[in-house]
Amino acid sequence: MRIELERRPKVSALFSILSPFIAFALTIVFGGIMFALLGKNPVAALYSFFVEPLSEVWSLHELAIKAAPLILIGVGLSVCFRSNNWNIGAEGQFIMGAIAGSILPVVFYDWQSPLMLPLMLVLGMIGGALFAAIPAFLKAHMNTNEILTSLMLVYVAQLFLDWLVRGPWRNPEGMNFPETRTFGADAILPEMLASGRTHWGFAFAIIAALAVWFMMRYTLRGFEITVLGQSERAGRFAGFSSRKMIWFSMLFSGALAGLAGISEVSGAIQQLRPVISPGYGFTAIIVAFLGRLNPLGIIAAGLVLALTYLGGEAAQLSIGVSDKVTRVFQGLLLFFVLSCDTLIHYRIRLVRERFAALKTDEAH
Amino acid sequence: MKKLLLALATTTAVIGFAAAAGAQEKAKICFVYVGSKTDGGWTQAHDIGRQQVEKELGDKVETQFLENVPEGPDAERAIERLARSGCGLIFTTSFGFMDATVKIAQKFPDVKFEHATGYKTAPNVATYNSRFYEGRYIQGQIAAKMSQKGVAGYIASFPIPEVVMGINSFVIGARSVNPDFKIKVVWANTWFDPGKEADAAKALIDQGVDILTQHTDTTAPMQVAAERGIKAFGQASDMIAAGPQTQLTAIVDTWGAYYVKRAQAFLDGKWETTSSWDGLKDGILTMAPYTNMPDDVKAMAEATEAKIKSGELKPFTGPLNKQDGAAWLKEGESSDDATLLGMNFYVEGVDDKLPQ
Repeated sequence: MRIELERRPKVSALFSILSPFIAFALTIVFGGIMFALLGKNPVAALYSFFVEPLSEVWSLHELAIKAAPLILIGVGLSVCFRSNNWNIGAEGQFIMGAIAGSILPVVFYDWQSPLMLPLMLVLGMIGGALFAAIPAFLKAHMNTNEILTSLMLVYVAQLFLDWLVRGPWRNPEGMNFPETRTFGADAILPEMLASGRTHWGFAFAIIAALAVWFMMRYTLRGFEITVLGQSERAGRFAGFSSRKMIWFSMLFSGALAGLAGISEVSGAIQQLRPVISPGYGFTAIIVAFLGRLNPLGIIAAGLVLALTYLGGEAAQLSIGVSDKVTRVFQGLLLFFVLSCDTLIHYRIRLVRERFAALKTDEAH
Repeated sequence: MKKLLLALATTTAVIGFAAAAGAQEKAKICFVYVGSKTDGGWTQAHDIGRQQVEKELGDKVETQFLENVPEGPDAERAIERLARSGCGLIFTTSFGFMDATVKIAQKFPDVKFEHATGYKTAPNVATYNSRFYEGRYIQGQIAAKMSQKGVAGYIASFPIPEVVMGINSFVIGARSVNPDFKIKVVWANTWFDPGKEADAAKALIDQGVDILTQHTDTTAPMQVAAERGIKAFGQASDMIAAGPQTQLTAIVDTWGAYYVKRAQAFLDGKWETTSSWDGLKDGILTMAPYTNMPDDVKAMAEATEAKIKSGELKPFTGPLNKQDGAAWLKEGESSDDATLLGMNFYVEGVDDKLPQ
């Protein structure tokens, strides 16, 4: 007997809406059991995970800071994934964007001008887009697999950054530590509100999400992305070029990842270090799918994922569980959300293999 | 939205629960760790210190910690969270937390902060460090006695003054016993990466060293040394379990005494900012038992340890030359702390070019 996933003939509209809530309920139940088994009060644990981070203003700011890069990258990736281009290298584009944007504050650190910040942001987008252009070129003109090339380029970007901060860009006043100069006042992305640390990176993320939502829904370009993604042949009949789409989607997602990179560095870290991202580019892939490749869904998904990070910290303090437990809980949530979503489109069927069973019997 | 409502529904119960539990008057002492509290090295040593605070002042204080906190924006959030959750005294235990600590300290002038191994202080930010190099001098002497080839391997992390100081102290100790002693250095460029550290150890052994020492946090080099049948020194925690036949001694970070002292001062309302740099005599570092060596070497090591504790011996005392042979310290002259804390040159006997 084996288990098969079979595509449902019709997707239930009701369950499409209910699925995230069912997933959340399942997470609560199984997470609660896990905390109870660890000897912790499950109610207190769940409270610190989901409510405590939302109950204070400063913590809401932190939520926005953490969610901003995830949303910004995720929105760009949704365009890629919708058009059937699998850019797995957003992490590398994030880093290259951060590096390109940091040229001004690190190399020309004496220069002071209100133009500094806008130029940095533009350079960041160009850096990310150019780095994404490599797998785009390879796919469009040499027919290579972009999953592989974009992923491998992540390591190139990481090591390039590592070399820069240990070598030519190392802060001469930094006691030999591998980090660049800290950015001057003109190079820092300002905070949006007086009440906390949220910088304009969060606004960029929301604006990008709304813009992409509009593009997908109301423009020919959005239609082109969807058609080419679902059937390249049909797209060709409509006069769309899949090669141009490779270029468009890769450059677009690269530019957004690069913008996320320079925003994070300029708004939150304010210098380059050997490691500037705890894997935002990869987590954003999860965020994109969690949001069902819908820009508005991605905003929600980015916030939820950020919430679990913050909640994990809160739980470490308030109920004293280890960092590992909080990661398991995060995994539970993702598992249930993604499997519930899968079950909307597919159903599980048990296939009896009588013939195979008979054969094994004979063999005995 | 529904999620929020669902969670809110459970909140009332929890608030009651929390209020009942919150009826205590204990001072909160908090810690931020860069690694896992069971890493067997750096972070574990800090956590043992935290436990000592609990044990000795347990009726007056309560301790809390956050582990695996990445350096950068996440550190700022973690420290702020502790400051907001009612911590009165917060120890941030990695160099990379320096700017985050100073930033949050400005926002919370009533909370006291202590940052390990950094150099930025404020009225509510103290720094503390340990004279690890004193232990490295003893290790150098042991290495010179135990090595047949006269060459030791040194697995280093980052070319910062702290690490350069350790390398120099090791060499000075070794050359006080064998003036021709040499060391080879490999830069692992990490504090914590078992794979890289093991590779560095293998590379050094292949180059012919027969003693290994490390300024990185895992027990991987010790294990490689054990497999290859050479001797090694442990780092940050006693690593004897990883090399029962291998470890000669280890520099063990014993932060507990300092933590208890500072927590007590905080309780008494006498906490003041300082830049503390204690050594063997203050008990902030201790030497693990001298094992796997002949009695005469052990006696020498113990004698050196006693002399350092009494202040009779200072590792950085002339006559000493820099790597290129230029004179640095005259006969009987000792280096001042400022030079040590900014150390960016090698002394004679290091077979390596300092990454600049």
